[in-house]
Formats: sequence, C-alpha cells, structure tokens
Amino acid sequence: MSDTVSLLRRLSPQLIALGVILFLIWLVFPAFFTVTFQNGRAYGSLIDVLNRGAPVALLAIGMTVVIATKGIDLSVGAVMAICGAVAASASVSGQPIAVTLALAIGIGVLCGLWNGILVAFLNIQPIIATLILMVAGRGIAQLITEGAILTFDDPALAFVGSGALFGLPFPVVTWIVVALLVTIVLRWSALGMLIEAVGINRRASMLAGINAPVLLIAVYVLSGACASIAGIAIAADIRGADANNAGLWLELDAILAVVVGGTSLLGGRFSIVGSLLGAMIIQAINTGILLSGFPPQFNLIIKAAIVVVILIIQSPEAKTLLTFLKLPRWASLGASKGAEQ
Amino acid sequence: MSQRHLPLLATLAIFIIAYVASTMQFPAMFSTRVIGNLLTDNAFLGIVAVGMTFVILSGGIDLSVGAVIAFTSIFLAMLLETTSIHPLLAFVLVLVMTTAFGALMGAIIHYLDMPAFIVTLAGMFLARGLAFVVSIDSIPIKHAFYETMQGMYLRLPGGGRFTLIGGAMIVIFLICILIAHRTRFGANVYALGGGVPTAKLMGVDVARTTVGIYAISGLLAGLSGIVYSIYTSAGYSLATVGVELDAIAAVVIGGTLLSGGVGFVAGTFLGIAIQGLIQTYITFDGTLSSWWTKILIGVLLFAFVALQKGIFLFSRDKSASRS
Repeated sequence: MSDTVSLLRRLSPQLIALGVILFLIWLVFPAFFTVTFQNGRAYGSLIDVLNRGAPVALLAIGMTVVIATKGIDLSVGAVMAICGAVAASASVSGQPIAVTLALAIGIGVLCGLWNGILVAFLNIQPIIATLILMVAGRGIAQLITEGAILTFDDPALAFVGSGALFGLPFPVVTWIVVALLVTIVLRWSALGMLIEAVGINRRASMLAGINAPVLLIAVYVLSGACASIAGIAIAADIRGADANNAGLWLELDAILAVVVGGTSLLGGRFSIVGSLLGAMIIQAINTGILLSGFPPQFNLIIKAAIVVVILIIQSPEAKTLLTFLKLPRWASLGASKGAEQ
Repeated sequence: MSQRHLPLLATLAIFIIAYVASTMQFPAMFSTRVIGNLLTDNAFLGIVAVGMTFVILSGGIDLSVGAVIAFTSIFLAMLLETTSIHPLLAFVLVLVMTTAFGALMGAIIHYLDMPAFIVTLAGMFLARGLAFVVSIDSIPIKHAFYETMQGMYLRLPGGGRFTLIGGAMIVIFLICILIAHRTRFGANVYALGGGVPTAKLMGVDVARTTVGIYAISGLLAGLSGIVYSIYTSAGYSLATVGVELDAIAAVVIGGTLLSGGVGFVAGTFLGIAIQGLIQTYITFDGTLSSWWTKILIGVLLFAFVALQKGIFLFSRDKSASRS
C-alpha cells in the first residue's frame, strides 16, 4: 500500500503533466475521451493515443533499462528498420508467421548483442557504440529490401500491426504485455537493483560481485528485442517495410520519453512506468496538436516548448529552488540541508 | 606526444591509402576537378563539423545543428524574397540569431545542469519547428549577389574549381585550429573535456566556456546554413536532416574522443575528407548503391573506435610495465 503511494508520489510530475495535456486537448476537442465499441473493438482518440504511441512505448521500455546502466541506445530506430525489413522479406519468401517473427526478433537480439559486446567488453562509450549501428543499420535494412518498399500480404503478420485483442488494438496489448513482463522480471527479482547499481558506479558494482558485463549485454539485448517488436509492429501496420523511414528519429522520441518519465540520463534509479507515461505524454501532445486544428507547422515548436517546460521543472536546480521556496522560514537551514543532500 | 597524435596519423594514413587505391582503380579520381568538388560538396558539412569538434572536445554534444542549418537556409530565402535587404546584412542578422540560440542552449546546459544531449535535442525540435513556421515549401534564392558568389572561384590547373564556399571551409578550419590550440578559450575547452571538477579547480570559468562553446557551434551552424544556401541556391525546411550525425561521425573518424578532452580540429577535416572520398568513389563506381555509403561509414566508425581503444590499451600496458 505504501509502495503504491510512494510510486504515485514519485510519478506525480508525469501524471500531472499528462493530466494537464489531456485536459487542454479536451478543452479544444471535447470528443477526445469518447470511446465507442464497434465489431468488438474500441475506437476513439484516446485509444488512438495508446495505439500510435506503441512504437515509442516499446522502445522506451528497453531504453529505460539501458539508460539505467548509464548507457544510451541510439540504434533502436535503425534496428526497427532492419527487423521490419527481415520480417517483410521472410513473409514474402513464404515463411510461416512463427518463423517470420522468430527471425525478426532474433535479428533484433543479435543487434542488441553487438551493441552490448561493444559496450561491455570493448568498453566503448554507449553513445558511440550504438551510433555505429545507427549509421550503418539503415544501410543494412536497405540492403535487405534492395532499396524498395517491400510489401507483403500475410494476414497473420498484418494482425500484429492492425489486429485487435480483448477489444484493444494489438500493438497496445503488445506494449502493455512487454512492459508487465519486463517490470515483473526486473522488480520481483534483484535484477532491477543490480542494473541500478551498475548505472550508479560500474566499478563499485563489480567489486561488490555483480557481473556487470553480462548485465550490460543483457540490457542492450532487451533494447534490441523491444526495437525489433516495434519494427515488426510498424511494418505490419502498413503491410510493408520502408527501410528509409521506418523508425526514423524514434530513438530520440524514446530517449525523450525516458527523460520526461523521470529517469536520469546519468544512470541509476529507473522507472518503466514513468517512461511509458512519458511516451504517452509525447503521443498525447502529437495527437492533441493534430486534433486541435493548429497548423501542423507548429507541431514541433509546441512539442519542444512543452518538453522544455517539463524538463526544467524536473531539473536539479529547479528542485533546489522549490525546496528553498517551500521552507521560507528556515531558508538558510533548509538550503544548506538541501545542498548536503 | 606522439601517442596523442596516433589516431590523427592513422586517419591520415587511411585517407592516403584509400585515395591511392581508388586512383589506381579510377585514374580520373586524381584530378583537381575531383578535389575541388570534394571541397565544394562538403563545405557546409565541414563548417558544422568544426563547431561539433569544439562541443565534443568539451565532452558535450550538439544535436541541433542540422535543424539550425535548415532554419538558416529557409530564413535567408524568405528574407531575400520578401524584403529587399542586402544578403550580407541578412547574413549578419541570421548569424546573430543562431549564435544567440547556441548560447541559450549552453546557458541552459550549464545553469540548469541538464544533459547536453537532451537540451540540444529540444533545440533541434525548436529550430526545425521554426523552419517549418517560416515556410514548408522550398524557396529558390534568385539574387544577383548570390550569383556573384557562386561565380567566384579560382581555376586550378587541370580544370578544377576552388570555389568560394570550399575556400570558406578551409579558412574556418584554419581559424578554429588556431583558436583550439593557441588561445585560452581553446585550452579551457580541452580542460572542460578532461573533467568539469578539475577544470573548476584549475580556475576555468566553466559558465563562460560552456556558453561560448555552444555559441560557437550555433555560429558555425549558421555559417554552414549560409554556405548551404549558396550551394543549393534555395532554402528548404526539410533540408539537412541528420547532418548532425554526419558531423559527429566526421569528428570521431578524425580521432576525437567522444568522452572529450582528446582530439584535433585538423582531424575533423580528415574525417570530412574520408566521408567525401567514400561518396566520390561510390559515384565513380556507379554500380554500388548509395546505402553502401552509410554501411562503410559505420564500418569506419567502428574501425576508428576500435583503433583508439587498441592504442589506449597498448599505452596503458606499456606504462604499467614501466612502473
């Protein structure tokens, strides 16, 4: 019970931000919260936010864990393109759905393994190690699709992108299930804590007996696997693999989602729920701007402004200032205490 | 001393070997025409990569530069189309804007203690968004002064053209090499890259240096946007997407460590030259698809990072055995 309360308190900035954004959207577009059921499936703007935000939410799950180890994974967009291309080409060559999915996710795992080995064993900075695959990956994806948009016609694969399960679009079910699985594995075991320990101080964690290299490789593999699922979902949605544009710049959105969700880029404490909230905040902004009828040219500016405001509120300096304002009577004492902390 | 220069020498060696190998295959590649085009085609990338070198040397990163180039080009095109002000005045105006933009990001990074990655990412959204607001169409620039600038070139022996913008890139490289290695500001940049706490203890004005670094990056991104608009005679808000990655790749291939503190501005020039060489080779070959450029650059990136790691491990072993 107290766990739930402290979790809510920790996530309060994100929840408030999401609430304010949803409220603003509701002001300009009152039908926003209307959800209708047709053919056993929910429709509505709210469902749309959940569905359109699925790729970033999936990426954000893997990215959160990577960032918790003080790393970063720039390659996820390119991995999405590669895995989408692999899934499409496997489907075109007549493989059954199980083989197609296994191949695509397997390639994502391999990409993650490559990143992880570079980071854990060659000790290359994560940003550079993953930049290599980010630059080369899109070329590899184009190699697989031979430069064209590879379309396929397998209804089973298309279901992954546009089908519905339990009345919800399948991508939504996917990201919720993946998030639950990862959270359960990390939080019901000591793994999550060990990952945080590696992120706070890799050397100290190794001295304490944590096998940091294996953990590091595991988090990049997880990120690669999440990226491959997102890549399959995007390719399945349009029934084709677009090596040029699939997942383009989504790594930045995913990193933004993690940071907006309250996980520090400096590693350590992480919150997957926070990152998912961050992903939904970003998607709500995108959808909201579209619905509200603003000229689309303003999208990026509004998005940048909102993100900057959220980030400034979260910045350490602003927190210090807030503590300072909260304790005006013992200003000097409170400030010095805050500084010590 | 020589160990510090090793990555740079390795880059130089790879460039020379690659260039000799490709001239053996295509003798026409060894001509002033190709070299002149290499400089002209990569001028805007080179200029922006210089700014990125300073940022990376200080241990930061600037993701906003591609968007700033696009904003500069579309803003100039709009300004020259709708008003009658002289392009030079427009250049000054836009450079002031981009420099202030960079300085603002630097100030946020320093005073709010936020990661450069995120601040410049927001800056990228903002600059690209502003470019969209100016116009979403591609606007041609038809100004007599632009035609004069495009017509300014030195004819090299062999028919190559040493253009104004190619020259501008080289001049900027020379100036920035001086700034990096011969001024107090340059030393401060290296000190910041070595570690902020140590730099503070050494008496480096961290605030001023950080703001200065990002202001320079903004200034050079603006200059690069001007060069880009001269190169393409147009402004387009969707142009130069992803240029920041090419610039970062050039800096890393040029031997600068992303962790900061180690590297040379001159190395970035070699990084640009190698990227240009790959593109030229692929154009000459004609059968290779353009995506091989990306894969090759990725392979090169890996090779250089592995090389730097190798040198680092080797030197550590040597010093360990000595002590």
